[in-house]
Amino acid sequence: MPKDHGIGASPKRREDVRFLTGAGNYTDDINVHGQAYVHFLRSDLAHGKINSIDTSTAEGMPGVVRIFTGADFEGVGGLPCGWQVTDKHGEVMKEPAHPVLAQGKVRHVGDPIAAVVADSLEQARTAAEAIVLDIEELPAVVDMGKALESGATKVHDDLSDNLCYDWQFGTDTETTDAAFKSAAHVTTLELVNNRLVANPMEPRVAVGDYSRAGDDYTLYTTSQNPHVIRLLMGAFVLGIPEHKLRVVAPDVGGGFGTKIFHYAEEAFCTFAAKACNRPVKWTSTRSEAFMSDAHGRDHVTKIELALDKDNNFLAVRTDTKANMGAYLSTFSSSVPTWLHGTLMAGNYKTPAVQVNVKAVFTNTVPVDAYRGAGRPEATFQLERVIDMAARELGVDPIALRRQNFITQFPYATPVAVEYDTGDYEATMAKMEELMDIGGFAARRKASEAKGMLRGLGVNCFIEACGIAPSNLVGQLGARAGLYDAATVRVNATGSISVMVGAHSHGQGHETVFPQVVAEMLGIDESMIDIVHGDTSKIPFGMGTYGSRSLAVCGSAMVRATEKIINKAKKIAGHLLEASDSDIELKDGMFSVAGTDKSVAWGDVTLAAYVPHNYPLEDIEPGLEETAFYDPANFTYPAGAYACEVELDPETGKVTIEKFVSADDFGNVVNPMIVEGQVHGGIAQGIGQALLENCAYDENGQLLSASYMDYAMPRADDIPHMASYVVDHSCQTPCTHNPLGVKGCGEAGAIGSPPTVVNAVIDALHSGGHTHVSHIDMPVSPSRVWAAMNGQ
Amino acid sequence: MYSFDIQRPTSVADAVAALGTDEALPLGGGQTLIPTLKQRLSAPSVLVSLSGIAEIKGVCTNDDGALCIGGGTTHATVAKEASAYPGLAALAGNIGDPAVRNRGTIGGSVANNDPSACYPAAVLASGATVVTNTRSIAADDYFQGMFATALNEGEIITEVRFPVPEKSAYMKFEQPASRFALVGVFVAKFADGVRVAVTGASEEGVFRWTEAEAALSSNFSADAVPAAPSGDGMISDLHGSGAYRAHLVAVMTKRAVAAAS
Repeated sequence: MPKDHGIGASPKRREDVRFLTGAGNYTDDINVHGQAYVHFLRSDLAHGKINSIDTSTAEGMPGVVRIFTGADFEGVGGLPCGWQVTDKHGEVMKEPAHPVLAQGKVRHVGDPIAAVVADSLEQARTAAEAIVLDIEELPAVVDMGKALESGATKVHDDLSDNLCYDWQFGTDTETTDAAFKSAAHVTTLELVNNRLVANPMEPRVAVGDYSRAGDDYTLYTTSQNPHVIRLLMGAFVLGIPEHKLRVVAPDVGGGFGTKIFHYAEEAFCTFAAKACNRPVKWTSTRSEAFMSDAHGRDHVTKIELALDKDNNFLAVRTDTKANMGAYLSTFSSSVPTWLHGTLMAGNYKTPAVQVNVKAVFTNTVPVDAYRGAGRPEATFQLERVIDMAARELGVDPIALRRQNFITQFPYATPVAVEYDTGDYEATMAKMEELMDIGGFAARRKASEAKGMLRGLGVNCFIEACGIAPSNLVGQLGARAGLYDAATVRVNATGSISVMVGAHSHGQGHETVFPQVVAEMLGIDESMIDIVHGDTSKIPFGMGTYGSRSLAVCGSAMVRATEKIINKAKKIAGHLLEASDSDIELKDGMFSVAGTDKSVAWGDVTLAAYVPHNYPLEDIEPGLEETAFYDPANFTYPAGAYACEVELDPETGKVTIEKFVSADDFGNVVNPMIVEGQVHGGIAQGIGQALLENCAYDENGQLLSASYMDYAMPRADDIPHMASYVVDHSCQTPCTHNPLGVKGCGEAGAIGSPPTVVNAVIDALHSGGHTHVSHIDMPVSPSRVWAAMNGQ
Repeated sequence: MYSFDIQRPTSVADAVAALGTDEALPLGGGQTLIPTLKQRLSAPSVLVSLSGIAEIKGVCTNDDGALCIGGGTTHATVAKEASAYPGLAALAGNIGDPAVRNRGTIGGSVANNDPSACYPAAVLASGATVVTNTRSIAADDYFQGMFATALNEGEIITEVRFPVPEKSAYMKFEQPASRFALVGVFVAKFADGVRVAVTGASEEGVFRWTEAEAALSSNFSADAVPAAPSGDGMISDLHGSGAYRAHLVAVMTKRAVAAAS
């Protein structure tokens, strides 16, 4: 029988009560007395030289408080990049200045040129229209290939060219070349991993506040990691000591990575609050979000797979161009390198794996981590080339994968990481069972009877989550530690507040984290609340991204709770006149082993705060403990996915008929929430595979700048729930964190895009369109039709 | 949005008078105009809301059997009440989403003549008459290219009169993002012939596919639909080439013929 509380139970999400009844407190709900509003005047050119900005008329317009331009920010720092990549020649990456407001040049459509602070937003907008710009349009660099040509227009005049870094990783060239030379078969695939716009439901918002009384600042912002923003903005941009800066990320309506980064608007509102001596608020419009939120993906890759005569993988070699956009966003440099190259071995025992990545500056919005961040790009190319190889060799794609699976753990890959545990055969077998692979032929026949083509796509994936060991990421160039922290504050009456460094913006931490603590203490979950998102309340944690909250912050919470238990046992031992080593804690009762002597949780906690009868000579009063946790390794969730599509050969439209995921997340705390995470992740992956396309024209104008042209997945793009099966019953617990958990937030978005594309290609081949070996995402009806018709 | 005055006349005469002032714009259901205002792409000093005019709302059947729909009638109402013309009711019930259908009006859609809108295909394929406060305009004369119509400034669509065909159907292939028609084809079979109108495809806006009309008038079956028209002059964008749209014109026509009832 499923548990009804604690670890393994599926209580409903307690935070949903406030979200669904309109009682959430989002950043835009925060209004500070006397606040002014800022409107950013943004570039409508992709590239231009700023000759002059005349704000004189605008400054005299009704309601205007002050107008800022880049010149106002010359005395402060630029937006920093949090990860320094060293290239294959030992050179550090090029790191151009990223001013809060444009200085000298505008470098992408949406680049902020000026900021108008006014009593009302409408007044700010109207005044912005009166700013006279003299900007000389320069040729835009959009295509990465052209950006790397010699003599190409430079995005940053002070750099030698548009190449940020030229990175190589994994097996050395000589060994890799030898493996390819010895191969019986080589499959080569060139593909694009399409640029995406994250589109969280809540656009970004920032409210800056400054108090002259204490010379301190508060920034309310839509962030996944308030401490990271405090550190980056305080230390690198504005020079505000951390004890004078509070960052609050209240309820946040989805992040998907794009709210990790430190953005210009946050620094602006904080800076302007002091400069104007008024709180300053900015709320992004959806249109602004399209041209100022960091975009995702945008890789162009050539991948080669070498196999021996028995179809064993010998080597993988990749050559990728990764778009950085016009500036380096906070973690942009790490995505195509350490979050991507380290996953190129996939689930396979390929002896040689070499990854080459050129990061390129272009006149486009900066690109950074988006759900999966590097790992979807790795999975997509590897699983597509394997599928293509199976087709070329005429072997079953499932059998080819199976034959090459890693089966012994721990396994050290040629790309620097060590998988601690896994069972890829188990997830594959589970997927085959749930998909009813054996019944596919009959289903294909039924589709064909309706004039439709039916395809089956399979895919395996691995991801590195629970980011990550600080000492390792430090060696790899991270400028931050990646531990997390939790404080367990037990109150006198026994209720508990857990202050966590992780941030919940849809994940459900407020439900899941109490399940863990309740299980450890044997008390009711309703006695435990989670506090997050406010640097003045929580310990210095690194926030939520990379499927890390439970694996890293949850582990810190376990450690802190263990400290609580140890201390409480000492108190109980004193109350029961027994040695604390004889005290057992079960169902919220402390008892002396082998006796009927016991004391309740609440009596122990009360004693801690009313220490009349208390071992004050041995321990301090109170019951509050903090732990910082820095994991020994990444975690490695993995899985096998499959989907079936129907393809209308007359229109090219693809419909997903069934989707199955068999994931190994290690232990699972709340199955319902895990299933929701995977449902959502797969939906996003389906969006990337079939619909979403962030496109620029050759002049750097954003063509898909609204929902009129940018297609988000909707309910009817996703299979009906009965045909949308997510399974997590295959569990090989993580070996190095106390909960044995691996993380589930990104899996769906990583595993699903190649599954869908593999299915589409399978459908086309079944219809005789055997010349179609690949279609770039999004696999839209027009692209399918064009491929079928050789256009 | 810039600030503006709003007037809510309750008669066509008052609306026409209100529109006589400079920089006044009529506001139907607002499905195009409101987003345009929000983006500050339009700056009328006066908005004249037509939503309070009872005399231009509702669906009824004329003595000659034509279905008459008031210009201020919402898509949702047409979907529900135009049962005398099932092809048209189905089209109205599949425009946008419920929010759009409960605000958007037939008059607004036909006046705007968005090249991807659904209604123009029905109006043109039905050989409908667009009735305004001053005159009646035959559909063949009314549509004059993308966003262009025979309407004069200040002229209000009070009614659209649809002759009811023996059989009809509208088939829309949706643009994946907006779900407007990437290509939409309305086929209407009358006693004296077949009319086929295409929306979404052409750079000139809604048009009649006369080759298909001729072929279907002699043989009303999907097999009779001619090969796809030329892709020249078809819209080519992020969502499909002109050739793809031309291909879809034939596919959607066949499907509309097959579905016609």
